[in-house]
Amino acid sequence: MSKSLKLIAVALTACALSAPAVSQQKVDAKGGPRYHIGRVPTADEIRGWDIDVRPDGQGLPEGKGTVAEGEKLFMDNCSSCHGEFGEGNGRWPVLAGGKGSLTSDNPVKTVGSYWPYASTVFDYVRHAMPYGNTGSLSVDEYYALVAYVLYLNDVITDQNFELNKKTLATIKMPNEQGFVMDDRATSEKSFWQKDPCMKDCIAPVKITGRAAAIDVTPEDGKEKKSRGVE
Amino acid sequence: MSKTDSQSRRSFLATGAGVAAAMLARPAAAGGNPANQPPNVPEWTKSLGEGVAVRPYGKPSKFEKDVVRRDVEWLTASRESSVSFTPLHELEGIITPNGLCFERHHGGIAEVDPADHRLMIHGLVERPLILTLEELKRYPRVNRIHFMECAANSGMEWRGAQLNGCQFTHGMIHCVQYTGVSLRTLLEEAGVKSNGKWLLVEGADAATMDRSLPIEKALDDCIIAYKMNGEALYPEQGYPMRLVVPGWQGNLWVKWLRRIKVGDQPWHTREETSKYTDLMPNGKARRFTWSMDAKSVITSPSPQAPIKHGKGFTIVSGLAWSGNGKVKRVDVSLDGGRNWWPARLDGPVLDKALTRFYYEFDWNGEPLLLQSRVQDETGYVQPSKAELRKIRGVNSIYHNNGIQTWHVQANGEVENVEVA
Repeated sequence: MSKSLKLIAVALTACALSAPAVSQQKVDAKGGPRYHIGRVPTADEIRGWDIDVRPDGQGLPEGKGTVAEGEKLFMDNCSSCHGEFGEGNGRWPVLAGGKGSLTSDNPVKTVGSYWPYASTVFDYVRHAMPYGNTGSLSVDEYYALVAYVLYLNDVITDQNFELNKKTLATIKMPNEQGFVMDDRATSEKSFWQKDPCMKDCIAPVKITGRAAAIDVTPEDGKEKKSRGVE
Repeated sequence: MSKTDSQSRRSFLATGAGVAAAMLARPAAAGGNPANQPPNVPEWTKSLGEGVAVRPYGKPSKFEKDVVRRDVEWLTASRESSVSFTPLHELEGIITPNGLCFERHHGGIAEVDPADHRLMIHGLVERPLILTLEELKRYPRVNRIHFMECAANSGMEWRGAQLNGCQFTHGMIHCVQYTGVSLRTLLEEAGVKSNGKWLLVEGADAATMDRSLPIEKALDDCIIAYKMNGEALYPEQGYPMRLVVPGWQGNLWVKWLRRIKVGDQPWHTREETSKYTDLMPNGKARRFTWSMDAKSVITSPSPQAPIKHGKGFTIVSGLAWSGNGKVKRVDVSLDGGRNWWPARLDGPVLDKALTRFYYEFDWNGEPLLLQSRVQDETGYVQPSKAELRKIRGVNSIYHNNGIQTWHVQANGEVENVEVA
């Protein structure tokens, strides 16, 4: 069994554990056409939309770009939100830094500190960036931008490094091993009980925190600031 | 507008000026305009109202104008990639009106012309398919009532009580009846190859958001929906078609669905790596935490819905749900979780849908620490926030299904608190 197949097997076992409602029926959608409604898309139609990329490089288009080329593109298209060094402006996402912060009180999840695969950066940027001007750049420009973002995160250290179909698939991200499958069914087993407690379950409680004291609930005409979630 | 004593209180106003205004617009029995009250005959009894079809698409009464979705501006950088919240405290039963279903967009609302929308199914299939909306509607239909909850619902409460109102603490949820086509039907039509284990599902909006979905779930109970509560999906809910993934996090319910690609591995897209992974105290993050565990919340009384009638017969109303099946029972505590009383489930109790519960009691006017706790049919009991934090710390953002505490004060005002 290949590593990736093993991962899927683990994934599906975990999925079955965490979602008991998923039936264990034999997966079989071979059926054969019954309704004959709709048509087969042309190769051109598929090509236009088939832009997804996987960690193993499947889906990466022909093209190339360097860190140096990406720097200028980033300044023109990205830095107004993300900052010139990926530090993020205001509430816009931080793209770089945060190394070693994942166990701290204030984890900073960036491409370098958190993202497990480089392919995700390419997939996401080509799907959704520049924000509000999706898909406006060429494949070469997307390669260059991704190269620059990886450079900001010290994943690529050479300014002249050329990112392309082949080289992108070889890049290892620092936090690739930072993820585990959903294990709620085992690590939170204690939440499954026969009969929940009804009487004298805990000692009498006191109020330990109040939302009113933090005072960040929206209210017309008032500026509020707090830790958000993106 | 004169302010009563209670309305000048900070904690009361903290639920939003609009809410306070709403209370003035809908005064208790003692207020209002005496000229319209017995023994007098009100204006609306003396003259004709508007005729039929003057309002070709009906809207709620003007006196309900404050029952709206609201957002929390400091939460996000722009409204096009943001969230608005369902006003749960104003709703009853289990069905969310279409115009009040919370919104979550990544590139604003796509205004899709249905004539130009296409759904493409390709990848590891025997026969790739491209469908128009009209063609999708020719496939056999299913009708299902399901809740949809964002995995980040209650995410702002991990570190403690932060927002004063269940609209903001729990409002990233809605429950509607969907009409659509079973995803299994379409996958069988296309013929999934034996190595087809994962689907990439993708939207047509400015974010063309993509997610990986395991084939087991896709063939189990997913729907491609084009109607909600009987009418076409609203644009902000993915018109003309969206994916419905019952019991699983809302992020998978791709709106403006345009493409389904069958593959043999997950894609690890940005939404399922950078986002929607749950960071644990040891620095490792859980991935593919799809299902939404059992959760409940009291919707009234709550900070935006104080007790206005004083002591006496009092109704506690709330919602319970589970992504893993049906709600089995709900208990309510008046003393912050020390003692519990069984609540009454009323209305339909459906698989992966909201369930309405009531607890009725005589309130003696003393302060209360109200909580609700659900158990689902798998035996899972909704944990306290302390129990959750013990395992997950406070930095996982997602999947906060801890028990919520509302402090009811002697004057009937309610606030969001933490207890220990």
